[in-house]
Amino acid sequence: MNDTQARKPRRLSSTAIFIFFCLVPALIPVLLFTYYPIFKGIVMAFQNYSLFNLNDIRFIGFDNFRTVLQDPSLPTILKNTASWVFISLILQFGIGFLLALLLYKKFPGRGVYQGLIFYSWAMSGFLIGIIWRWMFNGQIGVINDLLLKWGLISERIGFLSDPKWAMISVITANVWYGVAFFAIMLMAAMQSIPEELFEAADMDGAGWFKKLFHVIVPYILPTIITTSALRVIWIFNFPDIIYAMTNGGPANSTHILSTFMLDKIVFNGDYGLASAIGVIAIILLLLYTMFYLFATRASKAGDF
Amino acid sequence: MKNKVVSRLGTGSKVIVLGVWLLFMIFPLYWMIITSLKPKNEIFKFPLEYFPKHLSFENYANIFKISKFHVYIGNSLLVSLLSALIVLVVAILSSYVLARFTFRGNKQVMTGFFLTQMIPMFIGFGPLYSMMSSMGLLNKQGALVLIYSVLLIPFCTLMLKGFFQRIPASLEEAAMIDGCSRLSALFRIILPVMKPGISATFIFAFVQNWNELFLSIMFIDREEAKTIPVAMNSFITKFDIDWGSMSAATVLSIIPTVILFALCQRLIVQGLTDGAVKG
Repeated sequence: MNDTQARKPRRLSSTAIFIFFCLVPALIPVLLFTYYPIFKGIVMAFQNYSLFNLNDIRFIGFDNFRTVLQDPSLPTILKNTASWVFISLILQFGIGFLLALLLYKKFPGRGVYQGLIFYSWAMSGFLIGIIWRWMFNGQIGVINDLLLKWGLISERIGFLSDPKWAMISVITANVWYGVAFFAIMLMAAMQSIPEELFEAADMDGAGWFKKLFHVIVPYILPTIITTSALRVIWIFNFPDIIYAMTNGGPANSTHILSTFMLDKIVFNGDYGLASAIGVIAIILLLLYTMFYLFATRASKAGDF
Repeated sequence: MKNKVVSRLGTGSKVIVLGVWLLFMIFPLYWMIITSLKPKNEIFKFPLEYFPKHLSFENYANIFKISKFHVYIGNSLLVSLLSALIVLVVAILSSYVLARFTFRGNKQVMTGFFLTQMIPMFIGFGPLYSMMSSMGLLNKQGALVLIYSVLLIPFCTLMLKGFFQRIPASLEEAAMIDGCSRLSALFRIILPVMKPGISATFIFAFVQNWNELFLSIMFIDREEAKTIPVAMNSFITKFDIDWGSMSAATVLSIIPTVILFALCQRLIVQGLTDGAVKG
């Protein structure tokens, strides 16, 4: 009796110690090397922090924000960001959904097929950018060559040097890269739909479209909501492909907020200005997240 | 009868759609490989050769001649493997605790980890740079190992937590009644059952590290410490792109991750859906 009483509190605290020691190796580094730099970065947005005047760093209020907001290229950059994010998202989602529908039931060779269409996902945005930059090359690019050969165009297009075509080109590369993500996620969700739901729909004499909109879509709706919400944020924060293909050019026609920010860091060393752009990006993302949560909650309330 | 026609039509259009997309997916890689194998003077020759008759490895030989590509490959392997290993150990411990115990702060830790996925990390780049410089880690592979590990801990913890939650707690409780300590129950009983989840997480971490670009550009500028992405980035800026060498470098740098993905895609699909979406 005495023995168990003595042991119980000791056991409890040993659990607490166990929890503590298991979490510390994860928590401390994340706080130190993720949260602290982000916090510091936000502070920098209010400083004249630049690699060229490290000896004279002081607070300058909202000057950085004023500089960014008065930048004549900002309206173009915001417009570019919006089309980069939403056109990419819609195409990636649409094609990914179609592929998931075609793939979620077993057929001979499905595994091989999946492997081949998903491989883009193993590659870096930078390499994908390099590959597409080569294919879209105005003089010797294979895409011009194919279009000419098929008689779709009569002279070469400067895909990456003509502002009219540059955004279409980088979005094409981004769609090529991102479809696999949606296809994987949506396929996995579809595979978890219980067979009984389809049987019930069959008994009601539901056709293919009815099954799609009354069984499949409602069942995987949570996956659709989470994946597309996450995806918007990832595409928003994903400068790699653009960096490799056009680096924002020609004439800012492919600059988005994240490449703009990178530009200020890599080429100007102006961390203050870059941070101000980052803070604006965070505010936009927050607004988006709030709107998204609100919209999905409202639609859910209607549906269920 | 009508049904048969419809279903045949269905299969037919299915094959066409999948086939067209497959071509679209494969072609860029095919084109890179073909370019890398063309002799230098044929890359810019019209009409473009889609099935070149002369194959040559001069582009491959060239990248090892003009740069230290073998050193970059070694560095990339070292950094990616080491960081993936560290992440795995740290994330196993934290995700186990977060999945198995309810304690004060559990939810907050999860939210904190989730938030790191939402905030654009670029905003922390400047401060990170000065931290690395004051720790004397600039131009050292250690900087990348450290930063890559930290950046992956949150996501890998969320991912592994999903796997832990699918394994009944009674499994390790039985082992502990038999006299195992919690830690040895974790390592000897649960981890073997979790092999698929653990390998999926490891591969995911490895691929992320292998592909990371901007942090490595910032932290590394010394020839001996460069990883593949840094080196390839300098191929662009220093010269007008030599597309033969560039495509050879691209093909070489894609091989490890594509093989890994091909071998383990099913694991990764499962890991991501369990961890990211439900978690």
